[in-house]
Amino acid sequence: MRGWVLRIGQASFVLRPRALLVGGCAVLVLLLAVLAHLMFAGRPLAFGEVLTGLSGGPGAPSRLILQVQDFRLPRTVAGAVAGACLAVSGALTQNVARNPLATPEILGVTAGASLGAVAVLVLAGGGAGGLSGAAAAVGLPLAAGLGALLFGGGVFLLAVKRGSDVLDSNRMVLVGLGATAVATSMVTWLLTLGDVTNAGQALTWMSGSLNGKDWDTVSPVTVVALPLLLISAFVARWLLLGSFDDNTARSLGLPLRWTRPLLLLLAVLLAAVGTVLAGPVAFVALVCPLAARQVTGTVVAPLGVTALLGACFVVVADLVAGFVLPQALPVGVLTTVLGAPVLIALVLRSQRRTS
Amino acid sequence: MSTAVLPATRHPEARRRRPGQGFLLAGIALAAALLLSVMIGGLETSPADLWHAVFTPDGSVADVAVRELRWPRTLNGLAVGACLGVAGCLTQAHTRNPIADPGLLGIYSGAALAVVAGSLLGGAVLEAAPAQAVLAFLGALAASALVFTVGSASRHGVTTVTLVLAGAAVTALAGGLVSAIVLSNDAALDTLRFWQLGSIAVRGGMLLSILPFILVGLALAALNIGSLNALALGEETAASLGVDVRRSRTLGVAAVAVLAACAVTLAGPIAFAGLLVPHMTRWLVGLDYRWQVPVSAVLGAAVLLIADTAGRVVARPGELPVGVLLAVLGGPFFIYLARRKKLVTL
Repeated sequence: MRGWVLRIGQASFVLRPRALLVGGCAVLVLLLAVLAHLMFAGRPLAFGEVLTGLSGGPGAPSRLILQVQDFRLPRTVAGAVAGACLAVSGALTQNVARNPLATPEILGVTAGASLGAVAVLVLAGGGAGGLSGAAAAVGLPLAAGLGALLFGGGVFLLAVKRGSDVLDSNRMVLVGLGATAVATSMVTWLLTLGDVTNAGQALTWMSGSLNGKDWDTVSPVTVVALPLLLISAFVARWLLLGSFDDNTARSLGLPLRWTRPLLLLLAVLLAAVGTVLAGPVAFVALVCPLAARQVTGTVVAPLGVTALLGACFVVVADLVAGFVLPQALPVGVLTTVLGAPVLIALVLRSQRRTS
Repeated sequence: MSTAVLPATRHPEARRRRPGQGFLLAGIALAAALLLSVMIGGLETSPADLWHAVFTPDGSVADVAVRELRWPRTLNGLAVGACLGVAGCLTQAHTRNPIADPGLLGIYSGAALAVVAGSLLGGAVLEAAPAQAVLAFLGALAASALVFTVGSASRHGVTTVTLVLAGAAVTALAGGLVSAIVLSNDAALDTLRFWQLGSIAVRGGMLLSILPFILVGLALAALNIGSLNALALGEETAASLGVDVRRSRTLGVAAVAVLAACAVTLAGPIAFAGLLVPHMTRWLVGLDYRWQVPVSAVLGAAVLLIADTAGRVVARPGELPVGVLLAVLGGPFFIYLARRKKLVTL
């Protein structure tokens, strides 16, 4: 095994030079992406202006502080955190489903969140005015979160069958598909109820957008997201054994009974958090774990690199979709159009390597 | 997207049902669904009214409702259900994947893109029902042709993996374009949101012009049945058993494309039917494709008609579209099927 083993008491970690190098690069890229996002998301600011606005020193003009800290930073943070959550959730889902093309969408989380959000937008939005005040600040994220937890939790409970030994991957995927169909069809129906403006808002939300994020939404969700990401760093050691078939994993000493449901639960929660923050941004959860495996050359996607790549992907895509393209689009539209060819290239490459 | 194919262990409690019995059950369900679909609607009609409408029509309100509204709609549902059932069954057979549905070929997103683009470019002219249907049909066929061309570009011809990937790519690209259009154009969004509901009521007049295509699709499917059992053992085994794998794949994909395009033309996207029906069919008749394909047609029609009728009952005097009801009723049943069996394998 290429790498160094680091032992602290009973715990041991394998440090792989390539993964460390990639991780370091990813951190750098993320910093650059965040900086670029702060500089160019809107009226271009100079590097110095961004720093002044961020540090908020005594000499800084209050307009600049407001612009950087209250208008741009929440959007940047939302993109980075949502990207990291979705990407890690994707890595966990792919491991639990034992399918490299599985995404949290099959867990019913995305569809459930969409159902909650669209219900608020269409039923409470009313008229052409759309949402304002408390309904917009609290109601929409809350409804999306509730929908995500309801459907994701439902899939989790139904997939974990009492009496059966382990969580069966195939059953989980099928249960998730059933739940997704229910939620999606209800969303489709809700879209026809309101007027077309509400439907447009709903569609924007559903394609995944970072538009108009403020701290009221971003900070509480981020506070939930960070511990979840930390926990997933601790369970990462289950992933390698979990990617074997059930009997091998068990005989190598992995208590599948516990690990698989826990990983699934974590995947559901992370997907819910990411979706509440940015909407269901497509392809992040699918592409980032695959890309992380490719760049680090490991069998299992290293979660740290995956999270960093996810954050970079969403932040950069949001910058391009919202501020570089002639017509501003929600970030999810761009990740879809970019993600599909990337996915195909990655899979074809890994196919060629195995054959 | 092939989920791990696990050994097909038979659950000890699983009752062995003879395929013939399953076929009979599906037939009875279809007969009941046909009857209910003709009998139940916004206007209350008794069995006597029905008799009157069928054998001695004299133009009364009930006669008109039954003969001119419910009967065409029922025929439409029958055709759409049969198409989706067979298309779903063939899709799962060829991908050997229990979560595949005809949407894999990019059919729904291609149709949606054509409808939305028509609304954007042609305005009201292209939003009329027949024009929309033609657009949906062409969009669906174009998308599946593109998926097939890209998917068969590799050295080995059409393989499941390349097909699924090409389908995912075309679906994503078309979906992205649809989003980009409807997010910037309210008229197109208005068109899309009603089109994508999936209903067998509004597009009923198209059935006669689509019928030849449906027959072609069913004929292709019938020609394909013979090799499906061998293909279920894997491509290499099938080839060594004398199956021309490439020909069989091409035939199957063509059948799925034509049938699903017909369904999306007549009813809009009712994607879940293509997933649900094959699972119900396996539950009824087991794994033999010589039974699965015909039973899928019968069961698909029955399921669609029952969902449509339920939509008329729960929202009287209005109605809920069949696509919504199908998923809301069928989703839990699908979950039940997934939980009931030890494994759902192909």
